[in-house]
Amino acid sequence: MSTTSHSYLLTALLILMPVVTLADKSVAITQIVEHPALDAVRQGVQDELAAQGYRAGENLDWSFESAQGNTATAAQIAKKFAGQEPDVIVAIATPSAQTMAAVARYTPIVFSAVTDPVGAKLVTNLQKPGRNITGVSDLTPIDRHMALIKRILPGANSVGVIYNPGEANSVTLVELVKKHAPQQGLQVVEAGASKSSEVLSAARSLVGKVDVIYVPTDNTIVSAFSAVVKVGQSADLPVIAADTDSVRQGAIAALGFNYYDLGRQTGKIVVQILNGAEAGDIAVQSVDKLELFVNPGSALKMGVTLDNSLIMEAKEVVSE
Amino acid sequence: MSLIAFLGAIESGLIYALVALGIYLSFRVLEFPDLTVDGSFPLGAAVSATFIVSGWNPWLATAFAMIAGALAGVVTGWLNVQLKILHLLASILTMIALYSINLRIMGRPNIALLGETTLLTPVENAGDSWGIPFYVSTPLVFFILVVLSSLLLIRFLNSETGLAMRATGANPRMARAQGVKTGWMILTGMALSNALVALAGSLFAQSQGSADVTMGVGVIVIGLASVIGGEALISPSTVLKAVLACIVGAILYRLAIAFALNLDVLGLKAQDLNLVTSILVMIAIVLPRYQFRKARP
Repeated sequence: MSTTSHSYLLTALLILMPVVTLADKSVAITQIVEHPALDAVRQGVQDELAAQGYRAGENLDWSFESAQGNTATAAQIAKKFAGQEPDVIVAIATPSAQTMAAVARYTPIVFSAVTDPVGAKLVTNLQKPGRNITGVSDLTPIDRHMALIKRILPGANSVGVIYNPGEANSVTLVELVKKHAPQQGLQVVEAGASKSSEVLSAARSLVGKVDVIYVPTDNTIVSAFSAVVKVGQSADLPVIAADTDSVRQGAIAALGFNYYDLGRQTGKIVVQILNGAEAGDIAVQSVDKLELFVNPGSALKMGVTLDNSLIMEAKEVVSE
Repeated sequence: MSLIAFLGAIESGLIYALVALGIYLSFRVLEFPDLTVDGSFPLGAAVSATFIVSGWNPWLATAFAMIAGALAGVVTGWLNVQLKILHLLASILTMIALYSINLRIMGRPNIALLGETTLLTPVENAGDSWGIPFYVSTPLVFFILVVLSSLLLIRFLNSETGLAMRATGANPRMARAQGVKTGWMILTGMALSNALVALAGSLFAQSQGSADVTMGVGVIVIGLASVIGGEALISPSTVLKAVLACIVGAILYRLAIAFALNLDVLGLKAQDLNLVTSILVMIAIVLPRYQFRKARP
């Protein structure tokens, strides 16, 4: 064989090399319902994979199914993916993750946007999950939220929490609020709304009973957030949220994260597994990127003047 | 389609066959449009999950789930028979109330059963030791349970009480004239129907690893689709055939969904399911009208 053909072979190999190592990977993603926050997680995962060289449709077999909020469908999607045995399965939100964990016992599963992975029995140990499951929890730092409330309103004695008692994640969050609020000298008053149409009356029920309203990351309440703001502005009752998007809708402040970043963080774990790591060896992560958003205009309408130092700290100052 | 997806569809179909049997009893035998099932399905899941996580025997937990379902059915029947509330409205009232009751029973919206000892655990363990994977052994358990329930139901409907119940649905005035206590028949029928649905909810929770307060959404539509679809294939001229129709309909419905999920050729995705369900039910209702009328003289 001549030297030229050798060098041809070598070049061919060099060109093929990165393709060979990255090709033929498959990622399947199951999501309980299509919802802006959960869609952002999915987009984040996809973008992170692309940034690390796994592009859907090119060298990555990417499949996605949404259960449209139906648990029976989620179970069938789980069985479909369990049978396909992709390299990694991404499960977004608690019900999808639980149905997936029940049937896929060997394929690596990376969950995302699950508030309480231990309570949902997905893992028993956050540091070393074992089995085939790991992921990112979207638990918000409630202790820091309570501290933020006290910092904005040092005179507050009671906080009203509006949430949907039918959402597993919210119930976990309210338990945490009840644990951390007393440490800041705050009494907790709960107001439940199981549908978005009940949010307005739930917010009204808190007027006169509390000094501030806190809204956790609850899908039902967040979808009718303007109703809470309306009550807050008409009754001079400050509203503080857990997710930063709500600040754009009129909450005074929020110390939160965005779901797109959560997706990017999830994507990093997926890449680790695609590159050979064992899911059970990767610790369950919580959100590492927190951002403070403030809305001084809305604060004034609720009878609160925000401190300059707080405004300086904010990543984004929303002006109405 | 992979074996897991195929057997998974059969498994879900067998679970929903119990829902279909319950709906056959209320809609067809008693002519009672009963929406309670959207509440009694998660009720069965909630009751059995609560007992299982507190360490009770899973068989007992499942039995309690059926009793709870029967009580829910009795409430709907009582609202209709005693308080003279329109049947559809009575069932909607119970269904709405059950949402809060289910939350109370569980104490939270979701109870995870992953890793708990359920009805399926001994079967899965036995299967593992014989080299049978869990996705083969679990449908087997459900198959046995469905066959047992069907045999009991057929036997009941052919008994004297069962005949009185069928008469109540077919012609209540004539049934009363024959000395049938129609009110009692409605109460018994609703109890049986919702006990079957609660059993399905309990089994579903145990097989998918969690009970969730939202899992009842649309159970009535899926069950009805199964009953009507099955009847389009097997003419329900006898009780046996009607029961078979429910089971076949439920399994075919789940297989259709599995095909829709697995055949990307058609461009169908999970998000199109609700539309596909509606169209399937419409076709199943309309088609027999054209076929059988011509065939019969």
